[in-house]
Order: sequence, then structure tokens, then C-alpha cells
Amino acid sequence: MSDETQESLITDEMRASIGRESEPTTLEVDKTSVRMFARSVGYTDPVYYDEAAAQAAGYRSLPAPPGYLGTPVFNPNKRSARPQGVLEPSRPLKRVLNGGTDIEYLTDICAGDILTSISAVASIEERKGRLGEMLITTTKTTYRNQDGEVVAIMTGTGIRY
Amino acid sequence: MGASWDEVQEGMEIPTLEKNCSTQQLVHWAAGSGDFYQIHYDHNFAEATGLPNIIVHGALKHAFLGQLLHDWVGNEGRVKRVGCSYRGMDFPDEDIHCKGVVTRKYEENGEKLVDLEIWTENPDGQRTSPGSATVRLP
Repeated sequence: MSDETQESLITDEMRASIGRESEPTTLEVDKTSVRMFARSVGYTDPVYYDEAAAQAAGYRSLPAPPGYLGTPVFNPNKRSARPQGVLEPSRPLKRVLNGGTDIEYLTDICAGDILTSISAVASIEERKGRLGEMLITTTKTTYRNQDGEVVAIMTGTGIRY
Repeated sequence: MGASWDEVQEGMEIPTLEKNCSTQQLVHWAAGSGDFYQIHYDHNFAEATGLPNIIVHGALKHAFLGQLLHDWVGNEGRVKRVGCSYRGMDFPDEDIHCKGVVTRKYEENGEKLVDLEIWTENPDGQRTSPGSATVRLP
């Protein structure tokens, strides 16, 4: 519900950004990062730690646990692309909340895979809620593996208020 | 051994996964996920942003729900989709009960699938991360 006496929080620039694809990001999935992720969640299934156990269970190598979509290749000399979801609204909003995460998995992701992700803002909405004026941005990120197959699609919801 | 599709019934509850994050686990998750936002490990920083305490990462609760499903389906099944909203904050050293209920059992494109309602629950019984999921079962 937007307040008729106030202009929209969503600027023309923000509207124009919907659907515009980001530059691709390269993400590596390796054994060390799979183990670290699995351990931080608290998994005890050996497939996430022991390559022989993973292969015995039919995986090419350690599988990526749900929620792990590789680690972006870090380069201190390259600034990461500014996410499109953070274009400034017409009135400043101070705080940011992670509203939710939805990930669809299309095929196995395993250690050794190199993923490429491309993101785009899928929608921007404004609402009045218990936090006051809120801007809700959903971003869709598509992950492909080294063979060009789509392996996962993540939809993230960001809330600014 | 994971669940088998033949034995699943709509309405059945899957085994609960119990979590309780130490601050150390949150630091571990920060490293594992690459999310170094200080509200998750620096008490002073968290208070300065108006929070009562450091809070558990939303994405970690999403990952807990992923583990809930993986541990249920095993390696002959697959987690095909996990989604949740972050509706309430969870804090270190408090129980997080990760739960799921089967909402639909069906076959599609030759796969035996199950949809579930999933959520994390805080010690007061509030669902802090409600969501839904789809898994494939053998």
C-alpha cells in the first residue's frame, strides 16, 4: 500500500534495473570449502568430508550441501560489482534485512565444479508494515556449471526499511 | 539409509533436527558462507544497530533446514528445493528446532517427489523461518 501523499520509494532508475543481468561471477566448489561449509552447519554425513564415502554414494566428489553454491573467486584488486538491489530509493532507508532464501537444485554440484552466476532483480515492491516503510527486492541468481548446465536457481528477498 | 517414497504419507512429520548455535558456530558459519556481517559475531556492533544481542544468520537457518531434509532423504534421495522466509530472530545458545511435515506426495517426470512445509522454531514455539521444500525419494 503506497501512501498517495508521498511519492514512490522506487525511482525510475530502480524500475529500469529490473531484469537487467549482472556481470557473471565465478565461484569455485572445492573439497576444502565443502568440508568447511558442512562442518559449520553441523553435518555428520561422511559424504561431505570423505571422498571415498561420497563416491561410494554415487557422487563424482564431495557434494555441495544444500545452501552451498560455491565460493566467489576473490581478487583484492577487483572491486566486486555493486549489487543492483542497492540502488538508492527516493527517500533514504537505513536498515537492511535478509527476508528469505529459496534455492532450486537442478542437478548435483560437487567439489571440482566451477560455477558461473548471473543475477537480476526480479521485482521491487514497497509496503507499509510493522517496520514502517519497507522496500522489498527479490533477486534471482542463476548458477551454471563448467558444462553450461543450470545447476541451481536462487531467489533472495532483501528488505530495506 | 534415508526415507523411502512408498513409506511416506501426507501429513506425516519428519524427524526433528535440533540445533543450538554457540557463538563459535556463528563464526565458523561466517567463514564457511563468506557472510562476515558483524551483527552475527560482534556484540557491540549488534547493539549499536539496535539489536538486543548478536543474531543467528538467516542463511544458516536456511542451511539447517537443508540439513533437516538431507538427513531425512539420505544420499539416494535429493533435496530439490528449499525456501524459507526469515520472520524472527534467533540468538546464540538458544534451541532452534528444525521441523517438517509432508504436504504432498506425487510423481512427476518419472521422479518420486514429496513437498513439505518446513520451519525453524524458537524456544517459545514461534516459527522464525517458515518455508517449503521439495525432495526426491527412492
